Amino acid sequence: MAGTATAPARPPGDERLGRRSPLRRLLGRPELGALIGAIVLFAFFSAVADAFRQAGSFSTVLYASSTFGIMAVGVSLLMIGGEFDLSAGVMVTTSALVAALVSYQLTLNVWAGVAVSLAVTLALGFLNGLLYVRTGLPSFIVTLATFFMLAGANLGVTKAVTGNVASDSVRDMDGFASARSLFASSVDIGGVNVSVTVFWWLAFVAVATWLLLRTRPGNWIFAVGGAADAARAVGVPVARTKIALFMGVALCAWFLGMHLLFSYATVQSGEGVGNEFYYIICAVIGGCLLTGGYGSAVGGAIGAFIFGMTNKGIVYAEWNPDWFRFFLGAMLLVATALNLVVRRRVERSG
Amino acid sequence: MSALIGLAGVGKHYGNVIALRDVSLAVDAGQVVCVLGDNGAGKSTLIKIISGLHRPDAGTYEVAGEPVAFGSPREALDRGIATVYQDLAVVPLMPVWRNFFLGAELRRSFGRLDIAAMRRTTRDELAGMGIDLRDVDQPIGTLSGGERQCVAIARAVHFGARVLVLDEPTAALGVKQAGVVLRYVARARARGLGVVFITHNPHHAYPVGDRFLVLKRGRVLADRAKDAITRDELTALMAGGAELDELAAELSGTGTGTGADAG
Repeated sequence: MAGTATAPARPPGDERLGRRSPLRRLLGRPELGALIGAIVLFAFFSAVADAFRQAGSFSTVLYASSTFGIMAVGVSLLMIGGEFDLSAGVMVTTSALVAALVSYQLTLNVWAGVAVSLAVTLALGFLNGLLYVRTGLPSFIVTLATFFMLAGANLGVTKAVTGNVASDSVRDMDGFASARSLFASSVDIGGVNVSVTVFWWLAFVAVATWLLLRTRPGNWIFAVGGAADAARAVGVPVARTKIALFMGVALCAWFLGMHLLFSYATVQSGEGVGNEFYYIICAVIGGCLLTGGYGSAVGGAIGAFIFGMTNKGIVYAEWNPDWFRFFLGAMLLVATALNLVVRRRVERSG
Repeated sequence: MSALIGLAGVGKHYGNVIALRDVSLAVDAGQVVCVLGDNGAGKSTLIKIISGLHRPDAGTYEVAGEPVAFGSPREALDRGIATVYQDLAVVPLMPVWRNFFLGAELRRSFGRLDIAAMRRTTRDELAGMGIDLRDVDQPIGTLSGGERQCVAIARAVHFGARVLVLDEPTAALGVKQAGVVLRYVARARARGLGVVFITHNPHHAYPVGDRFLVLKRGRVLADRAKDAITRDELTALMAGGAELDELAAELSGTGTGTGADAG
C-alpha cells in the first residue's frame, strides 16, 4: 500500500505505531511467500539446468506460465471472493469448441464464432454463479456438477456434430488470420519469440489488481470472501458480486479457449479435464486464502510463474517429466505452509 | 410529533415457531430504548425486523410516521436506520478504513476509490469519537472487541444514521471495554440520534437507557420509562424474579431436595 513511507506527526500516545515496520508490512503481503518461492526455484533451475538459462527457454517458461496465469487471474479473484470453480478447466474447452463448431458448421467468419463463444461462456459463468446463489450449495458441489456436465457435453455435442472427437479445422476460414494475430501470435523481442499471451497475461493481472485494490467492486470481493454476512449487512450486493466473479472466471476461460483454438485450429473435446486444479494451485501458491477474503492477483500470477518454471524446468533439467505432478504437490504443500506461517506471524505482531 | 421509528403490534413466526408476538416500540430522537431479554426472548428477531432483514408477519412498522416494508438492510439504511451487529459488524481481514467505508465507498472519476480521503475520514471520525487508533491500515480483526464495536458505531454515525440499532454491543466485552462502548452510546444520544440498545445485561442497560422493553418468549413482559423502574426491579424482571428466588433456594439447599432422585 502507498503512503507508508511518510511518518506523520502523530500524537505522543501513538508510539505503538512504530511496531509495524516496513518489513512487517512487506511480510504481510499475500504474495510474499510465493515471491520467495519463485526466486528460489528460479535460482535452483538456473543452477541445475544449463538449458533453463537461455532466453528462448525463458520465453517457453513464460508462455506456459501465461496460459495458466490468465486462468489464475479469474480463479484468484473468485477464491478471494470465497468460492471455487471446478468447471474452469473444461470450460476452456467448451469455449473453444463453441467458437470452432459455430463458425465451421454455419460457415461464418471465425469472429462470429468468437462472439458467440463469449456469450455462451459468460452465460455458463452466470449459470454457475446463479446456481450457487440460488441453491445455497457450496460452490465446490455446484461447479463439480457443471464440470461433469460440461465435460460430457463437450464430447457428446462434438461427436454429434462432427462425428469425431475433435472439431474440424477452422484454419482456412474467414477471419482466422486476424483472430490468430490477436489470440495466438508471438512477438519478436531481441531475437526471442514471446507469445502474445504473455502480454495478455500481464494486462489481465494489471487490470485485476487495479480492480481489487482501487475500485468498489474490489472492496466487495474481499468483503464477500472475508465475511459474506457482514458484507450483506452493510449493503454490499453479495449475490451480484459472487455471480460476477464466476463470470470473471468464464471470461478468462473464453480468452484461453480462443488462444488454444487459434493456436491449433482444431479442438480436442476431451481436453481441459484436471486443469482446474492447476489454476487453483496457482492461486493458492500465490497466497490466496482457500477460505476467501485474502490474496492478490499478483500472487496468482507468481503462482502461475512457479507452475510454469516447474513444468518446463523439469524438462530442461532432463529429469523424468512423469514426476512433475509430484513436485507440484510438494510445492503446494510447502507454499501453503509457508503462507500460513508468514500470516500467523504478522497477525500476532499486529 | 411522530417517533423516528415506531412498531405497533408486531409479530413474526418461523414456520410454526412464534418468535415474536404483539410487540410495540417507539424511538424518539435523543432517546435510548433498551430491549432486554434472555436467550430466545425474541431480541434477534426484533432487530432483524427493524434493520430490514425480515418483514413482520403482523403489525405495522413506521419510520417518521410513514409505514414501511423494507426488502433489505440497504433500504433501512437509506432511511437512516443503521444496525451494528455483535459479530457481523466487520470483515476481520480487511483494513479498518476499508471496513469503515464498506458498501458506501468514496469514489473519484472512473470509479476509482478515493483512498486518501477514506483513510483521512476514518482517522478523523474515530479520533472524534475518542478512539485512538494505531493505524487505519491494520486489519480490523487485530483490534480489540470494544474498538471494533466503536468503529462500527462511528461508521453508522458518520453515514448519517438517525437511528442506531445496537445488537448486544457489550456482550463479549470486559468491564472497561463495555464502559467505553456505553460512553459512545451516550455520546450518540447527545448528538440527537435515536438508539435501540439490545442487551441481556440490565447493569449495562440501566445507566444509558431512557426506556426499557423487556421481552420474554416473544412477548412484552414490561415496557417502562426510566423514572418508572429501578435498577433492581429491572434486574429482577430480567432474571424472571420468581425463577431466580427458586434457583437461589435450590442452590442453597443443595443435596436435600434432589437426593431422592439421585439413585
